[in-house]
Parts: sequence; C-alpha cells; structure tokens
Amino acid sequence: MATTLYDKIWQAHIIDAKKTSETGEEGLIYIDRHLIHEVTTPQAFAGLDEKSRKVRCPERTFATMDHSISTRSLALDACGPTNKLQLQTLADNCKKHGIELFPVGHQKQGIVHVMGPELGLIQPGMTVVCGDSHTATHGAFGALAFGIGTSQVEHVFATQTLKQSKAKSMQVQVNGSLPIGITAKDIILAIIGKIGHAGATGYVIEYSGEAISALSMEERMTVCNMSIEAGAKAGLIAPDQTTFDYLEGREYAPKGDNWTQAVAYWNSLKSDKDATFDTVIQLNAADITPQVTWGTNPGQVIGVNQPVPSPNDFSDPIDKDSANKALKYMDLAPGQKLSELSVNNVFIGSCTNGRIEDMRAAAAIAKHGKVAPGVTAIVVPGSVSVKAQAEAEQLDKIFIEAGFEWRLPGCSMCLGMNDDILTQGDRCASTSNRNFEGRQGRGSRTHLVSPAMAAAAALAGHFADVRDYQ
Amino acid sequence: MTTAGINIHTGKAMPLNQANVDTDQIIPKQFLTAVTKSGYGKHLFHDWRYLDQHEQVPNPDFVFNKAEHQGASVLLTRENFGCGSSREHAPWSLDDYGFKVVIGTSFADIFYGNCINNQLLPVQLTSSQMDQLFALVESDASAQITVNLQDQTVKVKDLSFVFEIAEQHKTNLLKGLDAIGQTLELNDKITAFENNLPQWQKA
Repeated sequence: MATTLYDKIWQAHIIDAKKTSETGEEGLIYIDRHLIHEVTTPQAFAGLDEKSRKVRCPERTFATMDHSISTRSLALDACGPTNKLQLQTLADNCKKHGIELFPVGHQKQGIVHVMGPELGLIQPGMTVVCGDSHTATHGAFGALAFGIGTSQVEHVFATQTLKQSKAKSMQVQVNGSLPIGITAKDIILAIIGKIGHAGATGYVIEYSGEAISALSMEERMTVCNMSIEAGAKAGLIAPDQTTFDYLEGREYAPKGDNWTQAVAYWNSLKSDKDATFDTVIQLNAADITPQVTWGTNPGQVIGVNQPVPSPNDFSDPIDKDSANKALKYMDLAPGQKLSELSVNNVFIGSCTNGRIEDMRAAAAIAKHGKVAPGVTAIVVPGSVSVKAQAEAEQLDKIFIEAGFEWRLPGCSMCLGMNDDILTQGDRCASTSNRNFEGRQGRGSRTHLVSPAMAAAAALAGHFADVRDYQ
Repeated sequence: MTTAGINIHTGKAMPLNQANVDTDQIIPKQFLTAVTKSGYGKHLFHDWRYLDQHEQVPNPDFVFNKAEHQGASVLLTRENFGCGSSREHAPWSLDDYGFKVVIGTSFADIFYGNCINNQLLPVQLTSSQMDQLFALVESDASAQITVNLQDQTVKVKDLSFVFEIAEQHKTNLLKGLDAIGQTLELNDKITAFENNLPQWQKA
C-alpha cells in the first residue's frame, strides 16, 4: 500500500500499537530527540524526583536557555529573581540528570529551535519533541516534530516514548516559483490565511511543490515553524539534497560510514507517488504577495496592498465576530490602508525568523535608510552562532548605523518573558509567529511580517511594500 | 500524575462565549516563570479579568466578574479553545481556579492532551448544542450542569446531549491512571526497540 512520509516515520517508531477504529490508530512511539528549555521543564523534573525516576536517555536530550533570559545582559538575574530561579533550576536539573546544557554565554546557546538544527541535532526521519509548540520547526528536515505539555515532557524523560493517536494527513502544495521579494514567511502566512487558524487541527501537514523544493533549509524551517498556527500537529518537508548539504559536517550529524548509511535511509523518506492524503490544499506561488496580519490570530492576514477587511466580508458568524473583536483590539477600521498605519516598534528575531538568512534579508533593507523617528527597532539573533556569523558579515554595523538595536540571542519580544515587552497601545511590526492579544505586552498590537517587511516598516514608520526596495 | 479519577460532575457554568481563545489569554507569559504547578488560578484570564496589571481592579464587563457566575466549575466556550502555546500552565490555571470540565465546540490538540493529563475533562459538543447551553445559562445562571463521563452525557434541565471521547482518554480520566507507570510496564519492549536501532541511530 502506498504510504505518506508521515506514515513511514510513524511506522518506524511504533513500539506498541492498536487500532482504535477502521482508520484510527494509537501507539506508543519512540522519541529520538528531546529538546528542553527552562520554562516547561521544572515541574517535569520535580515529578521525576517525587517518584525517584531517572531520565532514561540523557544522551538524546539537549537543553538550552532561551525564553526567560535578557537580551542585554548575560547575567542570569538580569530579568529578576523569579527568572533567575527558573534558569538556575534548569541548570541544577541538567547537572543532576546528566543532560548537556547550553546556558547563557555558551557558544552553542540559542533559541531551542535555532540551536537544535544548527548543531545537526535534528535529522530526517527522527521523532523530535520539546515542551514548546514551535517544535514544528524541525519538520523542515523531514522529522516528525511536535510540541508537548509538561506532563509529556516528564513522560519522555522517564520512558523516551509518548502515547500518540495517529493524526490525519494534509498535503499543502505550493506550485510554481515565488515572485521577487516574497519570502518563506509570506508563504506560510498565505497558507494560514487560506485554511484558517484552526484549519489543520488534527492533521500533520506535508508541504510540497516547486516553491517548497526551491527553499533553503532556513526558509523551510520558517514554513514548518508556523504549522501550529494553523492548528497542525506537525509540518513536514521531505528531505532532499538541500537537506543533506545542510547537515553534512555539522557537529552532531553522522560521520563517515554512518553518514553514508544515514543518507541511504533518508533518501527513502518521501511520500509514495500514489499515496493519498485526507486533504489536499493548493496555492500558486505567483499569487503570493508580502503578507501582514491585521487581526489577533495568524489567520487574519492580508497582502500589504489590500485594505483592512470589514466584518461583513465574512459569512461565517464566528469569523465575523472574531473580525469585530480583532478590529476593536487592533484599533483598525475596515478599508484602512496598511501603508497609512504607523508603527512605533519593530522586532526582528524569534524561532520563526531569527536565523542568518533572516538577518541578511533585514540588513539588505536596513542599509537603505534610517529607522524613522519615534520607532524603536530591535534585532535579536536566534543564537550565539547566528550572532557571530552576522557580525563576521558586519550586518550588526548596518543595523546599528541605521538606528536598530543589536541584541543578545533569545526568544525576546516574541513573547516577552524577559523585559523586551511592549506597553498599552504600542503597534509592532514583528517577525515572530503570534499576534494574539497582549502577546508582546498587555494592550500591545502585533502585526506579523517577514524580516524584510519588518525592516521596511522600521525605515518608513508605517507598513511599506518591500518590493519597492528591489 | 495519579489522582482519584473523575466520573460525574455537577456544577454551575461560566459562559465564555468566544472562539479561538488562546493559551496566552488563559495564562499570560509573565506567570510562566514559576517552577511549581500551583497558584495560577488567580491569574487565569489576567488581561481580560483585571483592568490593571497588579490584579487590584476587576474588569466589570468580563463574564468572570459577574456576580451570578461566581462559583462556576464548568467552563463553556466555543471553537479552537486552547490554541497557541503548549504551556500546561493553561490547564493548571483552569484547575486551580476551580474548573473540572471545559465544554466547547473544538479544542486545540496540545491543550486537549494537557487537559487529559491533568484530570480536567474536555467535552466536545456541536455548535448548535453550544448555542442551546449558552442560551440556557443566559436565562438561568444558577442552572446546574451534570456531566457524566461514564455515560458520555451532558444534562441540564430539559437538555441532554451525548458526547464523544476516545476510549483511552476516557479510561485514563475515569481511573486517574499514572501514564508513566503504565508505559514503564512496557519497558522490555522499549529496550528491544532501542537494541534494534541501526548503529548510526544509537544516540
């Protein structure tokens, strides 16, 4: 029987399975890689300790500090005593259980979803989990990667397995080639805009088509990262030469004979030509324009030159109601032009857009001018390694000369667990992944965009079409 | 975690008539720096519930602050409840506030699993059934809703609905099973799986 990439990875990790219905299946699956950070693990470690349980495979587990850290100082207490306690708790727990930790100041430290791939820790065909919903990022490698809760973190610590129900399958094809100035961020926002904020709930998405195959690994990570914003369990892209070229030589990637064997296996990881998916969605790359969210969930998104919609544009009563609430919260009026909408904050960074290619894309726009008066713009590289590479390319100088702040790596203003937070009424062009109410600070208004679009908004002081800079 | 298990719960409803309630609303980021599972209830829906960040001034317009809904233990909501962040602090805060059951049109995946792991019962009904529940609670805030997990029913006054729940979730909730303990009984199978991995896949 023809099978999908998801079927193949699932089947390769089943320890114990049973049918729940004619098409339903649940099973205990093996977890190859467990990434952890300070926010969602302390209660899991405490649970282990209560029962005198151990971490079964510390060698499959890697830790970093990212959410609760300062982007201005390497001191653990730079954001106050509760943040420090959480960070210190992670350090203590990793030491106690023999888990490798990349703490603040370490050369390998970074946002968990930036750090893992750049070290070669994420490989095709793996199962990857982390107590963070953006674990979907790692699907870019053809790995089955998904976010879990803290109880499940504890379960993986103790057993290196998880009980899972098999999800439905969705294929998202992006056909043709991307127009100039259109990025991976625009692709995924356009997909979420099309299928909706909960459009893929219960599904694992496989992205395919010429426009996806043509993407670099970093761009693929941006696409897969936001799979969760459509509700998907995970997002996958079949591994290919682009994947292998990225991985070869990375610190934790297989070497020598192991590399040869690995590539032979990885080459088998693709959906069969006649495999069927429960749902198929198609987009034409040529139709995608620079995307900007106008509302309070990532599905509320338009092209930069489209007017802000009216609640009357939606037929579904729930969508209509959501649009009403979103317009009120975002202080927008139907028909308004985004190019007339002032921003006073710009955030470039996060696990969605904090990699070196994102830094380059933003710098390529930043060099055209100066940050507009009244705008605070920060650039937060996703890892120590990204920061070092950007500085080697003198991107930091471009940003600083243009009036951007160049910060230390971390999750930063994507969710503001440190002091990078907005206040009531602030309006931000952000390269992060969630525009929920208050996400970047109580009463603040977030518009999700690509790194180039964020840089363009910083210079203009309002949203601007990045294609005008090409 | 091991707890006593849940079967029948009866209580008043809190009608949160809104779709796409994300976990950032349920429990905002500034409360995620704690290292324990308790004490989140007072911060539940912080941004909506309070007019100030110090939680001194309740927002009189928010449903949680209406006198007639105090003491509710059944949360009514709409589609895609619990979307966004995987934070298990969301069910911890709902539980700490006093909710035993959340009834909605649909739930986000990770949140749903987190509820099961915390003995918080997620009940999925249709949109029109939710309409009826919201209407009933609007006319009588004191109405007692009874949710029976064994029978998979929701009953209040003249309304009676049947809901679906996966067998393994139902069993875990009814018996309050220790999921890790159950899996550890399969330890030999896990070890056999690890031993069968090709050399290059061994950590």
